[in-house]
Formats: sequence, structure tokens, C-alpha cells
Amino acid sequence: MIQVEHEIHGRRRGRNLGVGVLLGMLVAITFGVTVVKVTQLGAAGAFAQGGMAMEPATSPDPAAATP
Amino acid sequence: MTDATLHPAAEAQGPEASLGDYWALLKPRVMSLVVFTALAGLVAAPGGVHPLIGAVAILCIAVGAGASGALNMWWDADIDRLMRRTRARPVPAGRVEPGEALGLGVGLSLLAVMMLGLAANWLAAGLLLFTILFYAVVYTMWLKRRTPQNIVVGGLAGALPPLVGWVAATGTLAWAPVLMVLLIFLWTPPHFWALALFVRGDYGRAGVPMLTETHGDRATRRQILLYAALLVPAAGALAWVAGGPVTWAAASGLNALFALAALRVWRRDAAAAEADGWTAERALFRLSLFYLAGHFGALLLEGLA
Repeated sequence: MIQVEHEIHGRRRGRNLGVGVLLGMLVAITFGVTVVKVTQLGAAGAFAQGGMAMEPATSPDPAAATP
Repeated sequence: MTDATLHPAAEAQGPEASLGDYWALLKPRVMSLVVFTALAGLVAAPGGVHPLIGAVAILCIAVGAGASGALNMWWDADIDRLMRRTRARPVPAGRVEPGEALGLGVGLSLLAVMMLGLAANWLAAGLLLFTILFYAVVYTMWLKRRTPQNIVVGGLAGALPPLVGWVAATGTLAWAPVLMVLLIFLWTPPHFWALALFVRGDYGRAGVPMLTETHGDRATRRQILLYAALLVPAAGALAWVAGGPVTWAAASGLNALFALAALRVWRRDAAAAEADGWTAERALFRLSLFYLAGHFGALLLEGLA
């Protein structure tokens, strides 16, 4: 007859749940870091385009920009 | 339906560790100190770091510290079995196989270093890798069983986290985190030697050449006083370079107290200590914990303000 619940199964279940939670956290962290990196990369890319390849869209002195 | 674990032979194959046993392998108390000092380094660094990147950096440093703890327990299982203080650890107690501790240590080391490199920068990741290797290889495998200077040199591994935290935030080195490293480096010997004075038999049984065993009680007390004296200028320099009024106040008070406690330990001999149950030595050990918490707590407070 198969024993319904053995103490070792409880320990194993706890361990598996723990590993599952940790792996879930790892996925969440990797996703979060990716989002932050892509966002920062986007800002840096916009700066590189605006600052190095083109003139600023607006002049710092509005009066000087008026003909 | 078959289930191998219901068979007695399967249960005899090896221990079934709980999640708590694996957690214990990471030395959570040491990890908490590492998190605290690394956070102080990260927060005291100039410029801002994205909160998530900062949190991940601290997590990686903590996991790296835990991994080196697991590697230490794998290597030291034989001597841990002989010491009262360590015989209940998962490997010597037989709850975790040595190979599991090794696998966990190597796996978490790689994960922590890679994640820190990707999340923060590769200089911080390189420093974390150096810290892990220094603790696991230089201290644990090489120095610990060979020289009474084991904890002096090995203390560098425990001292580096604030530098890793700072570099994770800035990507560059600076004097302030180097002085934080120096403070922990100089603090480590008196902290451990105070402990060694009252748990002496333990290290002797395991054949670990602590200064108390190789050079005796008197020399250990002298060395404790010497390092307490060296801590004063180091703490002053740190407060000068990285701190404000709170750090100055903490450094002044804590160094005065620590110097007095070290002086009290130096003036006693083994007979006097044994007679009153090592009161002064225990007091110095407890104070050493407050000493480090006070300095880095002040830096953390000023960094957050």
C-alpha cells in the first residue's frame, strides 16, 4: 500500500516550491533589468541623434532665434 | 504507479535537505553584513543609480557572498565537524552532500557575477568575482589552515563589498570606497581575535592556526590593541573624505569606545579573563559589531539625506 504522505515528501514539496519562487523572481528581475536598460538606451540614443547628428530643435535663447 | 522515494533503499541514498539547509549554506548572517556595507557604498556614491539596478546590484553582491559561504562550507566540512560553533552546519551535520554545496557555490557565483555585469557594469562584476575567489580560494583553501595571519589577509574579502556597491553605482573607483574597505579590513582582526580569545578551544581542536593558538594570549591582546589604534586614523580619513557631521560624530564616539575596550582587553591576562568569564573580551566582540554598524549606518544615513 502506498503511504499517503511521507515526511520526506513535505520537505521535497517545500524545496520545489522554493526553487519555483526563486526562478520566478529571476525571470522578473531579468525582465525588469531589460526594461530599464532598453529605456536608458532609448534616452541615450535620442541624445546621440539630437546632440551629435543634428542641431538642437529649439534655441536656448528664444530672442536669438527670432529673425 | 511507482515512487522510488517510498522505498527504504531510496531514502538511504542520501540526505533530503530542506530549503532552509540550502539557505544556511549561504551564511545569512555574514550576508546581512555584506548587504549592509555594500548598500552604504552604493548609496554614498555620487550621482544616481536607477532604483531597480541598485537593488539588483545589492542582490547580486549578497548572492555572491552567499556563494562564497557555500564554497567555504564545502571545503571546511572536515574542520567544521570538530568545532562546537560549526558542527550543526548543513554539511558536517550530514543534511547536505558536499557536492551539493560545491555545485550551489559555483552556480550562484557565476549567476551573481553575470547578473551584476549585465545589470550594472563589468568592473563591478570583476570586483565581485575577485571577492568570491579571494574568500573561497585565498582565504579558505590557502591561508586559513596555514598561517595565523589568515583572518588579516582573508579579511580583504569581507571588506570589498562597499567598493563593489560604489563601482556598481558609478562604474569608477574612488578614494571614499577604498577607505571603507580599509576600515573593514582593519576592523576584522580585532573582531575575530576577540572571539578567538573566548572560543579558543574550538579552533585548537580543529587545528586552525588562530593567533591565540600559535602566539598565545598575550600576543593576541597586543595585536588587538594595535589594530584598534590603526582604526582611529582610518575612521577619521573615511569621515573626512566621505562623511558629514553624522559620520564624524559616529566615528568619534565609536573609536573612543573601541579603543577603551581594546585597552581593557590588553591590560588583562588569561587568568583574569577566565576568572570573570571573558567579560571584557565578550564586550569588545559585541562592541565591534556596533562599531561597524555605526560607521556604515552613518554613511548610509548621510547618503540617503
